Amino acid sequence: MTTRLWLCIWCIVAAAAVLPLRIDAQVTSQRLAAAASEPQNWLTYSGNYASTRFTPLAQITPANVRNLKLQWVYQSPVAGNWQTTPLVVDGIMYLTQRLNDVVALDAATGRAFWIYRYTPAADRIVCCGANNRGLAILGNTLFMATLDAQLIAIDAKSGRKLWQTEVASTKAGYSMTLAPLVVKDKVIVGVGGGEYGIRGFVAAYDANTGKEAWRFYTIPAPGEPGSETWERCPANTNSFCDPEAWKHGGGSIWLTGSYDPQLNLTYWGVGNVGPDYNGAQRPGDNLYTDSVVALDADTGRLRWHYQFTPHDVYDYDSVQIAVLADNWANTGINVMLWANRNGNYYVLDRATGRFLLGKPFVKVNWMSEFNERGRPTQTPQAEGLPTYPGNQGGTNWYSPSYSPRTRMFYIPAWEDYASIFTGAAQPFKEGSTFVGGAPRNFGPVPNAPGLGRAPINTWTESAGHGAVLALDSATGEQKWKFTMTDVTDSGILTTGSDLLFTGGREGHFQALDARTGALLWKINLGAAINSGPMSYRIGNRQYVSIVSGLSLSVFALDE
Amino acid sequence: MRRLLEIAGLALVSALADAPAASAQAPLHDTQYAEADIAYGATVYAARCVTCHGTQGDATGGVNLRSGRFRNAVVDRDLDRFIRAGSSAGMPAFALDNAEMAGIIAYLRNMNAVDAASVTVGDPARGRSVYDGKGACASCHRVGGTGSHVAPNLSDIGAARSPASLERSLLDPTSQMMPINRPVRVVTKDGTVINGRRLNEDTYGLQLMDDREHLHSLVKADLREYTIGKMSPMPPFKDKLSKGEIADLVAYLLSLKGL
Repeated sequence: MTTRLWLCIWCIVAAAAVLPLRIDAQVTSQRLAAAASEPQNWLTYSGNYASTRFTPLAQITPANVRNLKLQWVYQSPVAGNWQTTPLVVDGIMYLTQRLNDVVALDAATGRAFWIYRYTPAADRIVCCGANNRGLAILGNTLFMATLDAQLIAIDAKSGRKLWQTEVASTKAGYSMTLAPLVVKDKVIVGVGGGEYGIRGFVAAYDANTGKEAWRFYTIPAPGEPGSETWERCPANTNSFCDPEAWKHGGGSIWLTGSYDPQLNLTYWGVGNVGPDYNGAQRPGDNLYTDSVVALDADTGRLRWHYQFTPHDVYDYDSVQIAVLADNWANTGINVMLWANRNGNYYVLDRATGRFLLGKPFVKVNWMSEFNERGRPTQTPQAEGLPTYPGNQGGTNWYSPSYSPRTRMFYIPAWEDYASIFTGAAQPFKEGSTFVGGAPRNFGPVPNAPGLGRAPINTWTESAGHGAVLALDSATGEQKWKFTMTDVTDSGILTTGSDLLFTGGREGHFQALDARTGALLWKINLGAAINSGPMSYRIGNRQYVSIVSGLSLSVFALDE
Repeated sequence: MRRLLEIAGLALVSALADAPAASAQAPLHDTQYAEADIAYGATVYAARCVTCHGTQGDATGGVNLRSGRFRNAVVDRDLDRFIRAGSSAGMPAFALDNAEMAGIIAYLRNMNAVDAASVTVGDPARGRSVYDGKGACASCHRVGGTGSHVAPNLSDIGAARSPASLERSLLDPTSQMMPINRPVRVVTKDGTVINGRRLNEDTYGLQLMDDREHLHSLVKADLREYTIGKMSPMPPFKDKLSKGEIADLVAYLLSLKGL
């Protein structure tokens, strides 16, 4: 009895000793804001609020990267395009797998602690692949946005659901594929569905209860600021012009936003206008489609916006993440860097939205020049002629990286890639595709497959190719280029030792010298890489992870 | 490996065995499709399908709608069901009305022949004689198990190419040469010269069929020289074959739909 009593006391003492540690282990919003100070972890989709995908970790260097070894592999049971970037919190890796599962793994060994399975509603409508890109965490709670437009909170310790909130209706074509963003006590998400005539929005939810705190519509209603860019239809038109085009004007949010804690602004890239290709149905600039919006993180109020592609007819949605960089070009200005699907590299003052620089990073012929406020002069190509960049863009959703050490901006790009665009009238019908025409692949050789190509033995050098482009962030000038044969859908990671990790559709995972672009190491993982690499540390060992095909592979130097 | 082959063999046998049963079911449209349905289907395709599948039907990886063969559908009723239900691979369900469904099925079944109107298609049996005889096509190409591996295999060319494209290939081969089929010249570090045709290429390596029908797998870092030609090594048949012979040859090539 006495022994038991002593054991009990010991338990209490031990618990008391552990308790502060457990509280420390919770991910507070202060920790999220200071993510750079704990490089052993990867706390948000893009690694930090600035979305640089730069890790200060430097154990793996240009000199030793050739000694990288595979440490473990986790295989997903569900086939398909796996686009997740894991989180790592104090030795535990959290990731999503198709369709909407959440998995907790030992980040040192790959052993699973738990899997939370969620089956999205059968009536979900998801354009362009049933993807999920990852999670957000606050305290001990994980947050997932689902294909059927639900926001789900999950206990990170047990994998059990805490609450679930419907963000939007699947019947109206809404879905979610992004990793949520946590700011202070709120979880912020946005909706997809721009190809189904949704009216897009960004919305914030109370992290404890799931109750909606604010909502910002990416398409203004009549009378709201920006609504003047949804112009009246001309009289006597037979162009299917829709006087209520704003009601199904698109403006999806496909990717996670960024956040500047000093300004308390959160930045979101807004998708294309609907219908995608037939501009006559929706006269005007169609704000805030193809724009970046800067929202007050507490209220969701719009502070400023910049539109990359006014009155878009190319599906050039701004399905990218604002990458925040400080003291741009030694001017003292804190900016956002943006490589847009429309083929241009942009620098904007992130406090005001002021246009500082715009310059093509791939061949561009849909516009010729910018005015001083950054508005492009558009140069539509004649019927049947190719428009550069093509429909999938000079880049797309795949994450770029910015290294504060090299001050270069690294872009996964599609070069020499064009499409032939044709608009066609299409009436809106709820839950149906609403794109208004179709782009055709353009290839230099008639009948050769364009860039939607299938098996490798049918398409080599038919039309365009992938590349990693390194731009001087100050000028947009290309410093180096790493060319691939196939295109790439892989994100980029840069490190504190000036390494750059990336993949591509060919299935190679490769390390380049971030200063020169020289190839230092590569491994063929046997399947296309459609995700972004990330890095973390356990003990004193740096790991790099990448998803290819159905496998999550983790590399490190041997001990 | 052996076991795998046996399983594959069994699968093939069961697929063949299934085929008569499948064709015994009454398809929605028998095998005739009205021109009006095909034309209407083309507009439905342009509005609903082309974003993902592309104008050539091959824009979604692993799927070639022009082949006329569908992994998940044998008869038209299967196609109807599949289109209405969507697939777990990512294709959404489409709520088409009956006319749209009839149109899209007619178009999909005829996608490879919609430009046939502009081309004279002759007699496939006579075309085969031209292929084997005057054209001497088999000295470079292969159909089924017969012929050379030097030039592209034509066993399913009728499923992959349109009549117009086949005709142009015969008259002006370079204009229709797929980029992968461009002739290459390679010099390895030890000075060996290899002339041939690429089977595959990626950033770090390439696989070749040389002009003596040997396979080579090469790492680009090991090459001293690597040149890609833009002229097709195939001679144009514009002046070698008559118009009638060209039309017959196109008909024969169109009949080659694989196994």
